[in-house]
Amino acid sequence: MSEPSPQAIRAEALESLLIENGLLDAAAVDEVIEHYNERVGPMNGARVVARAWRDPHFKARLLADGTAALNEFEFDTTQTEKLVVVENTDAVHNLVVCTLCSCYPWAVLGLPPKWYKDPAYRSRVVREPRAVLAEFGVELPEQRQIRVWDSSAEVRYMVLPQAPVDAAECSEQELAGRVSRDAMIGVALS
Amino acid sequence: MDGIHDIGGRHGFGPIAPERDEPAFHERWEARVFSIMRAASAAGVVRNTDQFRHAIERIDPIAYLTHGYYGRWLGGLETLLTEAGVISRAQLTARVAELGGDPQAAPAARPAAEPDVIDYVASERDSRRAVAAPPRFAPGARVRTQATPKPGHTRLPTYARGRVGTVIAWHDGWVFPDSNAHGRGENPQHLYTVAFAGDDLWGEAGEPGLTVHLDLFESYLEAQ
Repeated sequence: MSEPSPQAIRAEALESLLIENGLLDAAAVDEVIEHYNERVGPMNGARVVARAWRDPHFKARLLADGTAALNEFEFDTTQTEKLVVVENTDAVHNLVVCTLCSCYPWAVLGLPPKWYKDPAYRSRVVREPRAVLAEFGVELPEQRQIRVWDSSAEVRYMVLPQAPVDAAECSEQELAGRVSRDAMIGVALS
Repeated sequence: MDGIHDIGGRHGFGPIAPERDEPAFHERWEARVFSIMRAASAAGVVRNTDQFRHAIERIDPIAYLTHGYYGRWLGGLETLLTEAGVISRAQLTARVAELGGDPQAAPAARPAAEPDVIDYVASERDSRRAVAAPPRFAPGARVRTQATPKPGHTRLPTYARGRVGTVIAWHDGWVFPDSNAHGRGENPQHLYTVAFAGDDLWGEAGEPGLTVHLDLFESYLEAQ
């Protein structure tokens, strides 16, 4: 075990003071770790994408009003922001970022990955999305339009990736297993 | 404020570093910070998200870049807990020393001598609010963003300041972060998605076929 970082010690100091003055419950940390490691993640978003790939009527509702379309699922989460879903096509590729902080569609994708919150992605993707995509192994045709969505207010964005060719023959559950978190952020194709 | 957080379009941060099978929290202290955030919100120390975002914008800029996401949260929370008088810096420094840490280590937190006072609670659970006046802009309208820097919290990033774009969507009224962060009221405004051509942001040397979208409040915009 390496030496604890100054932030680790400071967090422990702050936690212990807040437990002493009754503001914080000592069990809260374990609950948070369990909740976010086991119960929250990108699986909600994958189910939404899978249904949109199989059901054109649902897809139309999702693109028209993402927030309302989420109510068709029984997700154990609270969405207080507006959700807008943007669709990848042969003509358009979409990418999501938050340059000012780290806004992210938690209700559908869980907690954001570290790289999403780090300065490199936040600074670069609004300026050189193709260079960023190449680092994720994604090369797009030159004529493909790129739309970057910089979440600067209480609207959260999720990308609807292009459906696989065999989508019609697969179950919704099978398809959901093939949707990656990165595709719903826009840095992967599936 | 023109802080280090306003990072969109800056050069020099190097490659992206994705990880495989990343856990929700890399270290236990990160989950500690997450729990402290919840407790501080429940206790009314963090009154709203805008205030919290601004507390993070106010931390030491070197710490902002080097302490990571939960390190930034820690700096913001320590700032607000100190400003609210829940803890003192002396108490915290003493506890850091007891735990074997360096009491001289410079903290990220930057509590203000005369902090903003937020003496109201949100009128709704979320931030969406009715606005009596009709929206000024319709989809298709050409708009120019404010060019003048402003002190305090704002959601207009520097890279899109004084630029011309096209309104592509209207999103009802929402609490105005620029005033709500400082305890100056919710003052809801209409919110629009504005599309900016890559060339208009980065010049002709930028990548072709790029459009960048921002959600911008009505008072950031003037008809072009």
